[in-house]
Amino acid sequence: MEDLRLMKGNEAFAEAAIRAGCDGYFGYPITPQSEVMEYLMKEKPEDRTGMVVLQAESEVSSINMVYAGAACGKRVMTSTSSPGYSLMQEGISYIAGAELPCVVLNVVRGGPGLGTIQPSQSDYFQATKGGGHGDYRLIVLAPSSVQEMADFVPLGFDLAFKYRNPVLVLADGVIGQTMEKVVMPPQRPRFTEEEIRKNTPWATVGKSIDREHNIVTSLDLQADSQERHVLHLQEKYNEIEANEVRCEQIKCEDAEYVLVAYGSSARICQKAVDLLRAKGIKVGLVRPITLWPFPTKEIQALVPHVKGFMSVEMSLGQMVEDVKLAVDGKVKVEFFGRCGGIVPAPEEVVHAVETKLL
Amino acid sequence: MAKFQGAIVVDREKCKGCGICASICPTKSIGMSKEVNGKGYHFALLANEETCVGCASCGRICPDGVITVYRAKVE
Amino acid sequence: MTLNEICKPENLVYKKTSLLTDKVMHYCPGCGHGTIHRALMEVVDEMGLQDKTIGVAPVGCSVLAYDYMNVDMQEAAHGRAPALATAIKRLMPEKFVFTYQGDGDLAAIGTAETIHCCNRGEPILMVFVNNAIYGMTGGQMAPTTLEGMKTATSPYGRDVHKVGWPLRITEMIAPLNGVWSVSRHTVHTPAAVQKLKKALKKGIEDSMAGKGTCFIEVCSSCNSGWKMSPVDANKWMADHVLEYFVPGDIKVDGQMVR
Repeated sequence: MEDLRLMKGNEAFAEAAIRAGCDGYFGYPITPQSEVMEYLMKEKPEDRTGMVVLQAESEVSSINMVYAGAACGKRVMTSTSSPGYSLMQEGISYIAGAELPCVVLNVVRGGPGLGTIQPSQSDYFQATKGGGHGDYRLIVLAPSSVQEMADFVPLGFDLAFKYRNPVLVLADGVIGQTMEKVVMPPQRPRFTEEEIRKNTPWATVGKSIDREHNIVTSLDLQADSQERHVLHLQEKYNEIEANEVRCEQIKCEDAEYVLVAYGSSARICQKAVDLLRAKGIKVGLVRPITLWPFPTKEIQALVPHVKGFMSVEMSLGQMVEDVKLAVDGKVKVEFFGRCGGIVPAPEEVVHAVETKLL
Repeated sequence: MAKFQGAIVVDREKCKGCGICASICPTKSIGMSKEVNGKGYHFALLANEETCVGCASCGRICPDGVITVYRAKVE
Repeated sequence: MTLNEICKPENLVYKKTSLLTDKVMHYCPGCGHGTIHRALMEVVDEMGLQDKTIGVAPVGCSVLAYDYMNVDMQEAAHGRAPALATAIKRLMPEKFVFTYQGDGDLAAIGTAETIHCCNRGEPILMVFVNNAIYGMTGGQMAPTTLEGMKTATSPYGRDVHKVGWPLRITEMIAPLNGVWSVSRHTVHTPAAVQKLKKALKKGIEDSMAGKGTCFIEVCSSCNSGWKMSPVDANKWMADHVLEYFVPGDIKVDGQMVR
């Protein structure tokens, strides 16, 4: 029988973490994602699965704990919101450089600066273009429901370990705080030490006599070998781009106009599509599920059949740049967005389509 | 009382010639070479074979771990 | 007896431990890091803990410590070694976990991580090498640079009224309840090295027994940064650095002794 719950997005993420066989969560409170650690602390996962939960002294410390746990071959994660995510950028760059697997959740709030605690999607650039220093990418999953908040934890770990790369779940305050029905994924066992030694032979679990000592580092002072390393990362990213694009297309088959939106904006757009279709305007929706790799080819495939695209975001236009790159000037690309923590109404999107796109 | 005679073997190519071993040698048995190694350092050497007692002070303090110490009982 | 007669395997009294790799260390001639690395690895070797040890290297001169210590190691971002060690120990409580950090790493950029790791009483060994200067970046002022001491960023001597006093972070963390033992050592004499090894052994035993954080500061010279010969630098350290950073036990088995 399926395990149906009514939960907030943040709580679903936390419960899914325990069930994903996560070994450790290291975090620091920040609105609007604090329920993740609150739920975990209340749930006592150390009794359920042996999972470690620790409240660190800062986001800086949290992400470095994640680095270390990942370097031990463990499934580890953290969660935060925008200002905290900025603090984590150094650590994430090191994690990407050292090729470590982990899952990070950013429940985005409005910025810049301390900004506001209301929902936003203004961390798109930071999430999809690297974020910290150096040539690197994260796999970015964008949930648009509480169900996906739960589903993307095991998926995130699978992708992180498959590619030895950090995975970012980019949610927003709406998804984190909304309470919805969610079917909980089944409990997975945590890795055993034998599995870690076999599946992640690079992990620092203590030098055995049958191998050299393991070193986890992102440092390589020789320019030629550093270049080789960065090129190796790039090859990995190319492979991810070829294999891991996920997106949902809603009513695109006969669409003359296509909205592009992710996360909670996509849900608003779904309603807007229905309202527009009721008026006789054939509109579809492309919902990128992976923001990186971006569904460039999927959008390109629609270009010959549509008159224009509109990117709808809770920002002042970030993903629209990737839509424009995909469309490459062949048809028009418009933008509509609200910012500062304002969630647009479907009617606003309808109005924007009618005034900007038609 | 038993008398000990010691000896040290210095990895000449790895020695950086810092001279700390010579400065702390309780029997002043260690000196620095006149010639230089591949890196241009005047390496440490056993300057006085007679006085070394193999106490291993040099080995324990050598920052680069390049000194091996031996000690034999002399009848 | 001839040298050949003495230098036989049965007469061997001291050689580099196999827990140090054969890589030539990048440290300047006379740098204390090499001696401290070896003291630590000798103790790990003597205790038979190579397969249970996870070390964390810092940013600074000893950033490449992981190349020399023949145990599994992680390289931390600047100052974050205690955060790394916390996670490693929490996830694998049966392991011996140590951090190895310099004064800039532990007492400046990583102060928060240092204090909170100690305050949580993470049962790890923290090795803090204090040479009163930033060696790797070219001899800039450290939090532990002595008053009046000239560095690349205090070329007229450290003015304590402008930049603060040399930080005794070891004395700061000692009273924290999570901290089990605190002591300050040097490696400028063979006897001091032996003392350090004894403290390292106790620190490893106590941290493995879950007593709390075991913290060992080692004052070391930086002859390049101080612009002295290696032998002179050791003498200057004994005459000046150890006046301010006084060696000895500060906290023993959970009790303040100073």
